[in-house]
Amino acid sequence: MTTSTASSAEPRPGLAAAASADRGILTRDFSLWYGGFQALIGVSASIRPGRITALIGPSGCGKTTLLRSFNRMNERFPGVRTSGQITIMGQNILAPEVSLIELRKSVGMVFQRPNPLPLSIYDNVVFGLRLHGGAGSLCRAEEKLAVEKALREVFLWDAVKDRLGARATELQLEQQQKLCIARLLPLRPEVLLMDEPCSALDAEATAAVEELLDGMRRRYTIVIVTHNMAQARRVSDDCIYMLSGRLVEHGPTAELFINPRDRRTEEYIEGRYG
Amino acid sequence: MKPEEAMRPDSQPAQDASGPGGAAPPGRRRTAGRGPIRRLFHSLSERTIVSLIYLCGISAIVFVFSIFYFIFREGAPFLRDGFDFQKFFFSINWMPTSEVERSYGILALIFGTGAVTLLAMVVAVPFGLGTAVFIAEFCGRRTREALKILIELLAAIPSVAWGFIGMVVMGPLIVRVTGADVGANALNAGIIVGLMSVPIIVSIAEDAIRAVPDDYRAAAEALGATRWQVVYKVIFPAAKSGLLAAVLLGVGRAVGETMAVLMATGNAVNIPADGRFPFFHALDSVSTLTATIASELGEAPRIGALPDGSYPPAAHHYQSLFVIGIALFVITFAVNLTADLVVKGIRKQR
Repeated sequence: MTTSTASSAEPRPGLAAAASADRGILTRDFSLWYGGFQALIGVSASIRPGRITALIGPSGCGKTTLLRSFNRMNERFPGVRTSGQITIMGQNILAPEVSLIELRKSVGMVFQRPNPLPLSIYDNVVFGLRLHGGAGSLCRAEEKLAVEKALREVFLWDAVKDRLGARATELQLEQQQKLCIARLLPLRPEVLLMDEPCSALDAEATAAVEELLDGMRRRYTIVIVTHNMAQARRVSDDCIYMLSGRLVEHGPTAELFINPRDRRTEEYIEGRYG
Repeated sequence: MKPEEAMRPDSQPAQDASGPGGAAPPGRRRTAGRGPIRRLFHSLSERTIVSLIYLCGISAIVFVFSIFYFIFREGAPFLRDGFDFQKFFFSINWMPTSEVERSYGILALIFGTGAVTLLAMVVAVPFGLGTAVFIAEFCGRRTREALKILIELLAAIPSVAWGFIGMVVMGPLIVRVTGADVGANALNAGIIVGLMSVPIIVSIAEDAIRAVPDDYRAAAEALGATRWQVVYKVIFPAAKSGLLAAVLLGVGRAVGETMAVLMATGNAVNIPADGRFPFFHALDSVSTLTATIASELGEAPRIGALPDGSYPPAAHHYQSLFVIGIALFVITFAVNLTADLVVKGIRKQR
């Protein structure tokens, strides 16, 4: 018991050692095309590990596309081409020998609309484990422990511990979104990608999820796309401002909001467009 | 040109149409005389068309009820004259024309229908669901369109052609492969009817699979699921009611199929099972409820009632076939109703 609580409270050894930037997410001159349309143009960024990085920018600027490139979810769409490099935790994820399954195991994703699977709460949390574990690799007790740990980590355990068999789709939206975060955790991801995770939630639920994110800082490298400037300011350590598929500015959130280097960033955060 | 001038030619006819009997412009006075007749004609044809459409609309209901009434009326005397429920459903002796001992027991026919339906589903369910999964999840848009057309084509093959294939192709093949005595048997009919049920299973199952929200697929894929894992861990559970409905409709199709079954089963009243291993004999010839009706109705004399209102024993053959018809009607109605309720259930969930 003691070991598990200790490991969840402190940064994991892999991240503690990863003070250098190359342990985070590194993109080098990364471009992406949807058919003939170029959605990302030469994006180079170095996202630091153990921090929350917000991707901001007006609609259609490519921030979601960039986010979805980090676990190669864009490949679900036909006609997607890329060039350049993305390195996550020191590994080029676009290399042909990279296993998509392993990549998505260590780079979890939370979607805009909460999308728990139409299974029980319990089955949702262990879904990933069962995918990757193979048949009967975990005994029931271990599974239960993993479920409890994951649900506790997202502050959902007390609310659902008596009805783990209930359908996940019947939970409130906030709880659904928390569950969607919880189901990533048993796979011990390094990176969590969040695509406007609060856009379907009301103010109170948003606050609850933000609080959760705040608590997860340092244990995971979190990249969050948000339309909500105030939210970016509240939750993120670093901020990336994008415009028309290009990375305009990348820096610590406080600095970027108070003293933007680029005129376009300044105009955007002042609300002149977007 | 001023805007008002441009508007005028458009606005005047509109006024004419909206205000009947209103002041017509001078140029139109010549046609105004025919107005009332034309209007009468218009309203008459309008009413005719509306009532025709109405008739078409309710005709389905009328047909269903009149068919049910007719079948029931023809079968009713048999049900009235000392109908033995237990003997009818639980006797294996179907000897409607015997001079010595007439006997109307449809158990063997029920078993025949059951055996053919079961074998058909063994063929059609994996085949149909597999095809539906492939069409909905794995193939590209062009392959999908081509396959859907081909599947529809499969549904368009007349059942007598299927029966022909069963007799001429499948029969000898079964004899050669299994060493059965006759090629016309339950297995033959099962395979044929199975293939006939595939199109309906594919089309309903494909709809059910495509109705699964893409969010679920994305969620599973983002957790590192392979495509096959997405199918059996997410799509099957999510679409299970629709898939069940597809299978049930396939069952309904198999139970009701007549001509192909008549040609492929061998049409011998027989229970294809016994107490000895392997219990179920797919290579026995059988006869089904539908095939019995189709083959015997032509020979069964329709005899009217005697002056005292009773019927001679020979009249019961014809009537008993209609009672089988009622039983079939009930079975297929129950299956289709269940499928329908299952499908409605899915819609409500969303």
